[in-house]
Amino acid sequence: MASGTIHHANPVIEVSHVCTRFGDAVVHEDVNLTIRPGEIFAIAGGNGSGKSTLLREIIGLHPQTEGTIRLFGQDVSVLGEHGAQNVYRRLGVMFQQGGLFSSLTLAENVAVPLKEHTDVSSELIRDIVAMKIVTVDLPMDSAGKFPSELSGGMRRRAALARAIVMDPELLFLDEPTAGLDPIIAAGFDALVLQLKAVLGLTVVMVTHDLDSLWRIADRVAVLGNGTILGVGTMHELAESSDPIIHEYFHGPRGRSAQSQYEVS
Amino acid sequence: MWKKYDFLVGYLRGGNFKKKNPKSGVLIWFFKKSSCRRKFCGVVQVSGHSHCSLFVLEKERKARLWFPKPVGYLLTQFFRLPMTGTHQNRPPHVLIMDDAVIRCEGSWIIPHLTMLNTLLTEIQWPLVRDLVWDVVNIRAMDTGGAIVLYRTIMELRSKGHQVSLEGLRPEFEELMQLVSSHWDRVHPALPVKEHKKKNFKWWVSRHTGHMVKALAFVGEATVHVFHSLRRPSLIRWRALFHSLDRDGYHALPITGLLAFLMGVVIAYQGAEQLRQFGANIFVVDLVGISLFREISPLIVAILIAGRSGSAYAAQIGTMKVTEELDAIRTLGLSPMQLLVLPRVFALVIAVPLLTVYADILGVIGGAMVASSQLNVSGVEFVGRFEESVALRHFFIGIGKAPCFAIIIAMVSCYQGFQIRGNVDDVGRRTTIGVVQSIFLVIVFDAVCSIIFSWWNI
Repeated sequence: MASGTIHHANPVIEVSHVCTRFGDAVVHEDVNLTIRPGEIFAIAGGNGSGKSTLLREIIGLHPQTEGTIRLFGQDVSVLGEHGAQNVYRRLGVMFQQGGLFSSLTLAENVAVPLKEHTDVSSELIRDIVAMKIVTVDLPMDSAGKFPSELSGGMRRRAALARAIVMDPELLFLDEPTAGLDPIIAAGFDALVLQLKAVLGLTVVMVTHDLDSLWRIADRVAVLGNGTILGVGTMHELAESSDPIIHEYFHGPRGRSAQSQYEVS
Repeated sequence: MWKKYDFLVGYLRGGNFKKKNPKSGVLIWFFKKSSCRRKFCGVVQVSGHSHCSLFVLEKERKARLWFPKPVGYLLTQFFRLPMTGTHQNRPPHVLIMDDAVIRCEGSWIIPHLTMLNTLLTEIQWPLVRDLVWDVVNIRAMDTGGAIVLYRTIMELRSKGHQVSLEGLRPEFEELMQLVSSHWDRVHPALPVKEHKKKNFKWWVSRHTGHMVKALAFVGEATVHVFHSLRRPSLIRWRALFHSLDRDGYHALPITGLLAFLMGVVIAYQGAEQLRQFGANIFVVDLVGISLFREISPLIVAILIAGRSGSAYAAQIGTMKVTEELDAIRTLGLSPMQLLVLPRVFALVIAVPLLTVYADILGVIGGAMVASSQLNVSGVEFVGRFEESVALRHFFIGIGKAPCFAIIIAMVSCYQGFQIRGNVDDVGRRTTIGVVQSIFLVIVFDAVCSIIFSWWNI
């Protein structure tokens, strides 16, 4: 909803003192995060640092062991089915593998939230769906194809189109650029920026992609050792003295991404 | 009591609703929960301030109450009525002012789109050439709303009106720009899915294709069987024993129970008839021959098809989806050797053994009914059994069992290999696998019966 809500001071997401354990394995110990409306917030960190788990906990797909997570000011874990549905309508999620329904065509996939949650006429649904498909830069003739007939990049875009079809206030992206070629990945970054500008989205993304961290993230949280090692803009983090953050951003890839960003 | 109803709250401003609602205030609509929601909408057409009318496009309205503003606010707060008409989320209105200015208000967002669409199609547009759309009061807009607005404007333009948009808030301007820039690509609409023509030729080619593929599969399997028989070291013993354990040993309880019950059922059904002729002792022939020749092998085969056949198809299909099959091939291994043969061998061993087991339990069931219903004691039963039930019946049943096993394992595995990276396909192919294997088992059984009756055995 591109309404005036964007500039409210209330945080969209508040994660406080979250701990997660899988049996004996500790994934998170005391994670605290505040995500403000209208920003592109990235969660970075090495493999296995619990980024995706944190994302799943925020969306409410996985219960945290301790602590509270508030979405739009509401505690997700205590919401009933009805309340949860209301929250889900205000957010869109793009999963790493797309999560497209394989028995539906691309257009039908994108239309699912509209068909299920609104009483919009099918003609109008078609228009909105077509608009979203074009917005994410998919060719119109792919609309009738099934997910198995689409390439990886197209599937990612289709998933994004489905995530934004209801014009959510909050968009979650799980590794949006992983496995995409650099041109498409750059296009994806530009797309996210454009969507943020047009729809007034708050974007939360989990990513490893240093290029896209430099290019689009307003703030970045680095997860490691079960906690947040640092939160801030990329420049702030690049100056950080924390050894893990330093290694993360000043490895050979980190440096080249930074220099590329600074040149452009 | 309030829970039974839904409410919609509309805020009225004085002046616009001269005739029907002279005052400003809060209107509350009550709906039975079940009746369709969100259909509320008000259209006010004001022409030259002299004439105005209010259409409420609501078919299932149950009741409507009007309250003065302060009371209305208090009520909505007190009962926590859903604030459909609040500041942020007010339903959209379109007012036609002075026959040339079209004033848009409210939230042009997806939840209100249906009403907005109805509204815009019902409105009689003024006939003047220059129309000014005053959109300064649109409080919220999303892509859906922008599409509706843009489409309406385009329609008016195509009717020869000059339309100008005034006062669009800057935050919606980009959205409108996005919509207008993509409009040409969107508007030819989505391509319709093309359905392939399903004529006779298509049907024949499809089915012959399946036959060829199935034959190729059988051929490949046969070649591998001979390879393995020549070099038993090729056989995956681990997989074979694992399969034997899961599909044979763990099937014992259910097979035994069902066979026992079949024995009971057959004896019971026969008992009625036999007692009428005083031919009680023939229950032994009935139970023994029917179980040994037909019932036991069939029951075991059907159970195994449902239990293991479905699992085979789903396992192999999922391995295909997760690219495990491709990995097997690129590692220089043969899926046939690794996946199919152990399963086929395991079933070829397990099904005859299960059949013997089913024979025994079925006869025990029959004997129990015979002694309780027909006064045929256990000793008599066994004695009669020895002289009347020829050994060939037992061997015919046992002989059919491995054939059933091969049919089940091959059909299920074949269907598993046919799955093409699609979740729907896994379910469909599994079903086909089970149905086809049961079908083929029964066809094979029927053919056997005919052949045996020719040979008089």
